[in-house]
Amino acid sequence: MAYSDKVLDHYNNPRNVGSLDKNSPDVGTGMVGAPECGDVMKLQIKVNDANGLIEEAKFKTFGCGSAIASSSLATEWLKGKTVDEALAIKNTDIVNELSLPPVKIHCSVLAEDAIKAAISDYRAKQTKKVGAEQTVA
Amino acid sequence: MKTPIYLDNHATTPVDPRVLDAMLPYFTTHFGNAASRNHEFGWVAEQAVDKARKQIADLIGANSKEIIFTSGATESDNLAIKGIAEMYAEKGNHIITAATEHKAVLDTCKKLEKNGYRVTYLPVKGDGLIDLDMLRESITDKTILVTIMYANNEIGVLQPVAEIGKICRERGVLFHTDGVQAVGKVPVDVNRDNIDLMSMSAHKMYGPKGVGALYVRRKAPRVQLTAQMDGGGHERGMRSGTLNVTGIVGLGEACEICRKEMPEESKRLQYLRDKLRNRLESELDEIYLNGSWEHRLPNSLNLSFAYVEGESLLMGINDVAVSSGSACTSATLEPSYVLKALGLGDDIAHSSIRFGIGRFNTEEEIDYVADKLVNVVRKLRELSPLYEMAKEGIDLSKVAWVRD
Repeated sequence: MAYSDKVLDHYNNPRNVGSLDKNSPDVGTGMVGAPECGDVMKLQIKVNDANGLIEEAKFKTFGCGSAIASSSLATEWLKGKTVDEALAIKNTDIVNELSLPPVKIHCSVLAEDAIKAAISDYRAKQTKKVGAEQTVA
Repeated sequence: MKTPIYLDNHATTPVDPRVLDAMLPYFTTHFGNAASRNHEFGWVAEQAVDKARKQIADLIGANSKEIIFTSGATESDNLAIKGIAEMYAEKGNHIITAATEHKAVLDTCKKLEKNGYRVTYLPVKGDGLIDLDMLRESITDKTILVTIMYANNEIGVLQPVAEIGKICRERGVLFHTDGVQAVGKVPVDVNRDNIDLMSMSAHKMYGPKGVGALYVRRKAPRVQLTAQMDGGGHERGMRSGTLNVTGIVGLGEACEICRKEMPEESKRLQYLRDKLRNRLESELDEIYLNGSWEHRLPNSLNLSFAYVEGESLLMGINDVAVSSGSACTSATLEPSYVLKALGLGDDIAHSSIRFGIGRFNTEEEIDYVADKLVNVVRKLRELSPLYEMAKEGIDLSKVAWVRD
């Protein structure tokens, strides 16, 4: 299979590889996929409390080159966005940017799912935090 | 050293220059039809075909008259299995094969099932070999054919063909073997192994594509089969069609070279294969061998690199030609059915690479491939959430994965 230059670039120089502290209240973690399906993506965001912007995004991916590229691209796009803006990222945006062929569309879907899962984890933590503060007050 | 490096010799092999030299005159000067009995052009072509028949027969301990030329091993498998099924339909309707056979055998058997035949697909053990007791128990008075491959194309394991042949002979059942990967690589003897039919292909042993052969035993027992192609009655009526003289000359020459050089060549290939395995295992952790080590072709290695997906691994070694059991490129996203038949989980099947070392590979190439793989696997494991979790001591089999 021929890969697009952008997929190759992300594969060869993946952006924002790594992990954030998953127990931190301002970090949201999304892990989607399963090893037996050949794809697992872990995507994490760190949200700045003061301005509500995603200030850090990290990923680790087990999967084909297109899966690695999709998640690497997603972390690039997430940085500097608000959580609501991040939720607007669609898998088709990733498909277009990376010129993914039809058999690789599921990689982009997985990346979108990972973003949503990370945000939902972050929001759940925030709700809990607010709940906890109210209880204290 | 030139790149890309070809390490996919189970898929196909380059034509040996000596084979090509033998073939060339038959394209131009000696272009005759081997079936033209009344002139020089035909006789020269027929002589060349006869010589090739002998070269092939000598490699497998057969008689020249027992070699039927075909377009390749897929046709040979079809002709053997369908031809026997049709010819012996009155005797029985049961065929035994194995789960790890090539698609040319499995799909032929499935076709026969649609036509009322019954097929037993023997499972394989964790090492890729069939269980001989299970084979014995599966044979009934309706069984007409056992078809089990000599060597597997994905994992390189050698089935206990001599024992299978013995069991079949004792029970009066015909034995066909797909010998594509084994012939020319390991000593094959149709009499020692009690083989009744055997499929062969030229392009897996440094001959040209588009030509193969089927060995069909003539004596004790005399095997008959129903032709699957009607026409001029060539090849003792078993396979009509003008003979591919150039291809046949190439197949013959390829067999002769294999026969003469096998002792040396298999030692050299085994040295290279063992070196590749040893280097990878000493420099990387969590590598798993797929298939028996003891019962294996000398040039074959199939490894799983845990926590790394096969296709991304291939991408990182893009100047090395190998195959992966990961079917990430296929529409089904299903990993190799052969690896799954060994009992491997889908995750470890997705992480597998098949190395097929060949006549023209050098030690320098093997070192280069080992270096490159070690680097790429390390890099991808840095990227792998599974490797991270495993290192944290998390049991990956107990994680509640979010499946899409």
